[in-house]
Amino acid sequence: MIEVENLTKEYGEFRAVDNISFTVEKGEILGFLGPNGAGKTTVMRILTCFFPPTKGKVMVAGYNCFEDSLNVRKRIGYLPQRVPLYEDMKVDDYLRFVAAIKGTPAKEVKRKAAKVMDDCGLSDVSHKLISTISGGYRQRVGIAQALVNDPEVLILDEPTVGLDPKQIKEIRTLIKELAGRHTVILSTHILPEVSILCGRVIIINQGKVVAEDRPENLRSESAQRMLLRINGNAPLIEQELSRVGGIKGVEREPASGDTHGFVVVFDDEKRGRQGIQAMIEKNKFELVEMRLLEVSLEDIFIKLVTKEEA
Amino acid sequence: MNIRNVSLILNRELKSYFSSLTVYIVIIMFLLMTGYFFYNLVATFSIVSFQAQSDPMLAKQYQLLNINETVIRPLFGTIGIILLLMTPLLTMRLLAEEKKTGTIELLLTFPVDDVDVVLGKYLACLAVVLTMILLTVTYPVLLVAFGEPEVVPIVTGYLGLVLLGAAAISLGIFTSSLTENQIVSASLSFAMLFFFWFLGYSVQLVSAGLGQFLGYLSINEHIESMSKGVVDSTDIIYYLCFIALFLFLTLRSLEAKRWR
Ligand SMILES: Nc1ncnc2c1ncn2[C@@H]1O[C@H](COP(=O)(O)OP(=O)(O)OP(=O)(O)O)[C@@H](O)[C@H]1O
Ligand SMILES: [Mg+2]
Repeated sequence: MIEVENLTKEYGEFRAVDNISFTVEKGEILGFLGPNGAGKTTVMRILTCFFPPTKGKVMVAGYNCFEDSLNVRKRIGYLPQRVPLYEDMKVDDYLRFVAAIKGTPAKEVKRKAAKVMDDCGLSDVSHKLISTISGGYRQRVGIAQALVNDPEVLILDEPTVGLDPKQIKEIRTLIKELAGRHTVILSTHILPEVSILCGRVIIINQGKVVAEDRPENLRSESAQRMLLRINGNAPLIEQELSRVGGIKGVEREPASGDTHGFVVVFDDEKRGRQGIQAMIEKNKFELVEMRLLEVSLEDIFIKLVTKEEA
Repeated sequence: MNIRNVSLILNRELKSYFSSLTVYIVIIMFLLMTGYFFYNLVATFSIVSFQAQSDPMLAKQYQLLNINETVIRPLFGTIGIILLLMTPLLTMRLLAEEKKTGTIELLLTFPVDDVDVVLGKYLACLAVVLTMILLTVTYPVLLVAFGEPEVVPIVTGYLGLVLLGAAAISLGIFTSSLTENQIVSASLSFAMLFFFWFLGYSVQLVSAGLGQFLGYLSINEHIESMSKGVVDSTDIIYYLCFIALFLFLTLRSLEAKRWR
């Protein structure tokens, strides 16, 4: 559905995107991960025909973004990162305008706008001016305008930024439902989001692809960490922990009363876990809490980037 | 070009014009200024006519003049200049604002040709200017009610004003495409409009051939003859070329934005 070949984009002298290639199949949800300034927005702007690449070929839905931009633009819905909307319009007027300009037949404009407002939970604010609605609702209007004509390809630049947890959940459910019928590319900083939503992730750093895989694989590749909270004598526990096999390191967390916290970094998760279990039983420590920590983007990142440089 | 897209953009732009204060302020200022000049011209005319009743010398001189010469022609000239002062305030936001707020990113990724975007915005502004011009029709209507002016120069004078306004807007939308700062856009329009206006004054300073050429390029030289009731095809061609040129430049400038 989307083919990117040797894509390079330069702003003057500065190379923001450096020779990136990837493809996205129909119905797939692809996550774009990377730190600030990695070039995610730049790639998305090229995919949406906002500006052409310096070098490289970009095909969306079978059309060339550069030569056949109108045909590409007919088939995409785009949520820019800044969510630029016409502040002086009402939510429903705005969505009707977008529906119409995207080629919805006049008879269906009202119905389509109403449906997308329903899907995105905007019915309560439909008669409000966009300048007066809250940030989370703005974000939803942004998503709604991308969805309004049921496009084949959706390009969402950080779609869940600024939403409250309940809204994040709703929007994620919405995006998940889109998979299959629609092809989605979304960028984000949040790793859990990627594992929930995306079938595949591309991690970019300084304009280059540093990793491309399924989220599970990326996660298992990087170091696992576990939080332990144990009642007892802290130095003794720490000493015992560091003796367990399969563990790379132990860090102290702030204690509360008699309960001491430790973060262990596994070398070999399975062996380490069994070792800890055995150690606690042997010493008769009182275990209060034990849970795997989410692998953070930073961890994967630091790992990948340092691997690159090594 | 897609008529539906043009009219969608035109509609949105018009709504946005009339939901901001700027348009109302511009229209009120325009009416106050033109109204003031109209009042002055009529007052002078009536005082002079009154004096002419008791002064045969003045009356003889004055018969050569008439209401068309002393009120209507200067009135069109003045309305034209005030129009040139006002249009940059209307055109400055057309593209600069979209660039500043980032809405251009969505607009240009909608399946719409750049031509439709530019035309829609251009026509929306033209509609506002036509409204302003239409409101001044009260002045000649008053003249017709209380005097006996010739009607043809009034009609052709209005044709001239409309063309002048349309030309000024095309230049304004071009300067709006160059920057994301509305003040810069308006200043550039003022500067360029006044350049095209003052070209008319340099006619006497240079050789006859060049002078005539510069006079032809001047933006308000052409409404002069129209307010006398003369419609020359070269005048109309001038304005149409002016408009086409600046709309074309606007398109190129939008395109160049994408290229960077
Ligand atoms: N119009 C521009 N002119 C010059 N440089 C630019 C322009 N837009 C982006 N850049 C630069 O290109 C690089 C990539 O920017 P981009 O916005 O694509 O990053 P990003 O991955 O989206 O970052 P973020 O996560 O902060 O949104 C940055 O270093 C940025 O400074
Ligand atoms: Mg970005």
